[in-house]
Amino acid sequence: MLSALLVMAGIAIVLGAVLGFSAIKFRVEGNPLVDKIDAILPQTQCGQCGYPGCRPYAEAIASGEADINRCPPGGEEGIHKLADLLGVEFKPFGGGTVLKPKSVAFIDENLCIGCTLCFQACPVDAIAGAAKQMHTIIASECTGCELCVAPCPVDCISMVPITEKIANWKWKYPVYTLAQAK
Amino acid sequence: MRTLYQFHGGIHPPGNKEQSTQSGIARAPLPSRLVIPFRQHAGEAAKPIVRVGDRVLKGQLIGMPVGFISSAVHASTSGTITAIGAQPIAHPSGLPDLCATLIPDGREEWIPHAAPSTSLRTGFDYRNSDPAELRRQLRMSGVVGLGGAVFPSDIKLRPGNRKIDTLILNGAECEPYITCDDMLMRERAAEIVQGAEMLRFMLEAGEVLIGIEDNKPQAIAAMRQAVADNGFSFEVVAVPTIYPGGSAKQLIRVLTGLEVPSGKLPTDIGVQCFNVATAYSAYRALAHGEPVLSRIVTITGNVRRAQNFEVLLGTPVRDLVALGEALPDTDRYLMGGPMMGLPLPLQHGGAEPSGAGGAAGQLLPQAAGFASNVSQLPPTDIPLVKASNCIIAASGRLFPPAPPALPCIRCMRCAEACPADLQPMDLFWFSQSKEFDKAQQFSLFDCIECGACSYVCPSHIPLVQYFQFAKSEIRAREHDQQAADHARERHEFREYRFEREKQEKAEKLAAREQAAKQAQPAASANPADAMQQKIQAAIARAREQAAASQPKNTDHLTAQQQAEIAEIEARRAHIHELAKSADEAPDNHSEGRSQ
Ligand code: SF4
Ligand code: SF4
Ligand code: SF4
Ligand code: SF4
Repeated sequence: MLSALLVMAGIAIVLGAVLGFSAIKFRVEGNPLVDKIDAILPQTQCGQCGYPGCRPYAEAIASGEADINRCPPGGEEGIHKLADLLGVEFKPFGGGTVLKPKSVAFIDENLCIGCTLCFQACPVDAIAGAAKQMHTIIASECTGCELCVAPCPVDCISMVPITEKIANWKWKYPVYTLAQAK
Repeated sequence: MRTLYQFHGGIHPPGNKEQSTQSGIARAPLPSRLVIPFRQHAGEAAKPIVRVGDRVLKGQLIGMPVGFISSAVHASTSGTITAIGAQPIAHPSGLPDLCATLIPDGREEWIPHAAPSTSLRTGFDYRNSDPAELRRQLRMSGVVGLGGAVFPSDIKLRPGNRKIDTLILNGAECEPYITCDDMLMRERAAEIVQGAEMLRFMLEAGEVLIGIEDNKPQAIAAMRQAVADNGFSFEVVAVPTIYPGGSAKQLIRVLTGLEVPSGKLPTDIGVQCFNVATAYSAYRALAHGEPVLSRIVTITGNVRRAQNFEVLLGTPVRDLVALGEALPDTDRYLMGGPMMGLPLPLQHGGAEPSGAGGAAGQLLPQAAGFASNVSQLPPTDIPLVKASNCIIAASGRLFPPAPPALPCIRCMRCAEACPADLQPMDLFWFSQSKEFDKAQQFSLFDCIECGACSYVCPSHIPLVQYFQFAKSEIRAREHDQQAADHARERHEFREYRFEREKQEKAEKLAAREQAAKQAQPAASANPADAMQQKIQAAIARAREQAAASQPKNTDHLTAQQQAEIAEIEARRAHIHELAKSADEAPDNHSEGRSQ
């Protein structure tokens, strides 16, 4: 009887120690939910959700302050993923949302006056240039957020939709005729 | 007699190979115009190194390989480059790609075969060469897998972390209608086996097995003869005729009994596999210094004269079709075999390269995207490339359109036929409902897109099209995810930089204030000096201000621009507000951002 009690007590102590140790050792930094949401958001950093970037929006979703249907670049698929993650119903975009094709910014280098305004607006440092020098978009880094378009005082930035090339082409969803029921 | 093994599944479609093996390989006449794509291999496209107007010699390098997985592209004959630009090519997307147009001068004037800079030497003694140099030569000669995957051969010959025990030469040619490897083995066996010996030497492989399906007795005999003549100890093995027995993993299984594990390469189990035509072109490249300029292509199907032709790369499909004399009721063309080939777009309208393309299971062809009532459309302008092993002229009589699809009845016939031992009906279900994670869990990427499942499906579901769709969608998503992660990093770095700059500024300001305080008592000692200093400071400030206002380009704006700027400022201020409030909100966990 006594030995049984001792064994049980021993097990309890060991497990308690393990739990206590892992609580310290494997402590999760930050808020894992925000990280998970942020991982789904497209990182365009455009602010169309009404927050200054994807992470603040992720934080707002995590705290229950924002809806999951505010991010146009993420598309409906993004909403589906967020709904799955949070265990809530899918919610379509609101009426006013415009879904645009994925684009990159293009600077007309003949017009650029080197004012650096676009440079300051770009959330991912995708614009190369210096004061009074012509500026250029580093296309591979551009997320297509359009934040640089409005600040340009001479309207030399335009958004160019990414065209389909052999390198980025995808197979389409198959279309075929289903037999009619008789 | 070697014990052979079996792989799971497989089908027995009618072979239809006799038509094109009645006469030997003929050389196609020189076309009047060649269109040579710079991407004829898997990996990075070659970079053009010629200009419009340049005269080029036969075998001259015109496309330089760029990047690790890439291969060279050469002028197939002598002549003049008249254009470099996007032109239609054979691709399921129907999109054009970068090509050079070459107008032959008819002289077939070769580059000097022995020029060391082009690494082309005659009677090359490969046994005393550095294998790395041999691989470089193969890369610069444009040698790629001619079985269809066009993967650069030099990469497959690199020493891996495991010793290669077995080199397999793939002469199975399991797909119906295609006979180009069969005829090559019948007619050029000696060169193939010598090429195989070179590949064996470079891989330091132990045994060499040459697998040929038993429906090609003449090729088997020719290859056995060539092996004996050269005194090699290769074994020519007749393997059972079953589709897709010529697929690398399946052939390895049949010959060695080894299974290539999911997600692994044959080299991981000590086997490497090359197509017979690849061995042939490796031999031509190393022994004769000839880059890959031509290949054997079968023209068959709805034609009067089915035959194999040796054609220059870049020859329009139209020329080959003319040689085969396509019958009037031909309504479309396939590049490759009826199971895995690609329907080619026709010149004017006709079969649009429907996204749902892919011939997978064309023996029971999908009705997708072609009108069977069009007769005698002009044949296509698309060039023949290294991957083109066969052109099939198709007609409604030869390939009747598939009946409309019915829902899956879960009869499991597809699973029985699948050579990769997959569950195609489940993969289909997950692909069509876009549950890609689940499709991946069910080993979607082990699917070799052979079309066996579509072929047997009683409901005529174009299964492979779904698998192609799902695979490319998954790849694109992985790419997007990487891009997003990258953008996140850059954005976080930018925030960090702002934070740092803010701090640095604050520190500087504090330091300046400190300095000013210390200077103050000294200045007050002499009122005149203090006055002078103040004036100097004011002048400096004014200068600075003037300088600062100079580059401002916000003057002289139209009303509209001003309005826009005001709007942006408002949006920015709003965002700023939000950022602030987000920062201040206590339970908002902004650690990630502020560090
Ligand atoms: S709307 Fe723009 S900033 Fe907001 S989450 Fe989507 S991509 Fe990020
Ligand atoms: S370049 Fe313009 S559109 Fe592209 S990421 Fe920067 S601000 Fe956005
Ligand atoms: S063969 Fe066709 S009908 Fe049968 S289980 Fe497979 S997909 Fe379904
Ligand atoms: S699932 Fe893929 S590998 Fe299996 S039979 Fe179908 S196409 Fe072939």
